Amino acid sequence: MCLAIPGKVLQAEEQNGLRVGRVQFGGIIRSVRLDFVPEAVVGDYVMVHVGFAISQVDEAEADRTYEMLREMGALEGELPPNDEGMTQ
Amino acid sequence: MKYLDEYRDSRIARALAWEIASVATKPWVLMEICGGQTHTIMRYGLDELLPSTIELVHGPGCPVCVTPLETIDKAIALALRPDVTLVSYGDMLRVPGSNSDLLRAKAQGGDVRIAYSPVEALKIAHANPNRRVVFLAIGFETTAPANAMAAHQAKREGLTNFSMLVSHVLVPPAIRALLATRENRVQGFIAPGHVCTIMGYQQYEALVRDFAIPIVVGGFEPVDLLEAILMLVKQLERGDGCVENQYVRSVTYKGNFPAQQILKDVFEITDQKWRGIGSIPDSGLRFRPEYAAYDANEIFDLEVITADEPTECISAQVLQGLKKPTDCSAFAIRCTPENPLGAPMVSAEGACAAYYHYRRHAVAS
Repeated sequence: MCLAIPGKVLQAEEQNGLRVGRVQFGGIIRSVRLDFVPEAVVGDYVMVHVGFAISQVDEAEADRTYEMLREMGALEGELPPNDEGMTQ
Repeated sequence: MKYLDEYRDSRIARALAWEIASVATKPWVLMEICGGQTHTIMRYGLDELLPSTIELVHGPGCPVCVTPLETIDKAIALALRPDVTLVSYGDMLRVPGSNSDLLRAKAQGGDVRIAYSPVEALKIAHANPNRRVVFLAIGFETTAPANAMAAHQAKREGLTNFSMLVSHVLVPPAIRALLATRENRVQGFIAPGHVCTIMGYQQYEALVRDFAIPIVVGGFEPVDLLEAILMLVKQLERGDGCVENQYVRSVTYKGNFPAQQILKDVFEITDQKWRGIGSIPDSGLRFRPEYAAYDANEIFDLEVITADEPTECISAQVLQGLKKPTDCSAFAIRCTPENPLGAPMVSAEGACAAYYHYRRHAVAS
């Protein structure tokens, strides 16, 4: 129930005092409320939960974390073979 | 999909698991609060990837599971009224009430509809001015702002045929209650990333201070969870107990201000009953008096008699991390997602459903 999915904002506009947008999730486009992410603009990624964007993805942080993790994964070829307590 | 696939990279996951194994010198018991995280752990077999010294126990973070029996009974009673359309998140339909569930109420002619968003419930109310539309508003801090926005919008639009049956629960008071029990074995917590997206992780500093226990805010993908576990184990091995944030791409220290503001405008904090656990002080939300006209508890006469939970169901201990679903004598035999004895077998986030979907064959063999 607390799941949220990252999507890309394709359109953002005010409608009768509500902030509404169109957000793309992979190949699917949905109408999403943007009231809680007033700074999000077209091209930004947002996390969407029950039809509302709850955060704007911090892309710099996401890229930095991923790079760090990727470097860690890249070392995996040099890891010792299947250790005690670990499964394939 | 961007920001999803890369956090499911199995090479990174294995490298993280290896590092956890090399850092952990002692056994540690960790709890993930959120049921969504429990499902990721089971689905990707993260518990099997970890060294045997790291035990993961599953927390009460399944809103469907902890919604009180009385609330389910009230929703069923409302659904059976000829003038009411009851709108609910889909997961709630099979949750057992005292004598029935919403799916059975629907089969008996009740107008029960499933919505993905509270916005859809508002649309149903607009489209059916002769029906009294009641939205069963459940959820943690993640969902509460969306539900609050629905009430706020209904008030602004002067919608008179819309109300909400509210059952909201808050995470930090539940962690406090778990830590205060004598049976508690948990030595570190993974805090729920989307709850913290709304509320920030500032809320967890008091817990760390009072209980000297590490808390790491974690995301929902396998790599997120393994990194959060690594951060917890490093803290535990060092003897630290502080709040850290693994889910930096979504969570900030202070959280989402507009969402917190709408929560404050519409709801106030109250004691809340958690199914299987009991009442926890200041762990829920109720409407402020200004929103009484949208409170289904106020505008309907809702006296229901609630029966006791089935005795065989151990969901109370499962929700507190004291037992695993497979410890239950009814698991996958007399209790299945089609015929659940307790709510954790129903919800897409319930620990029993997670074990049923991903582990029952392992248990059988």
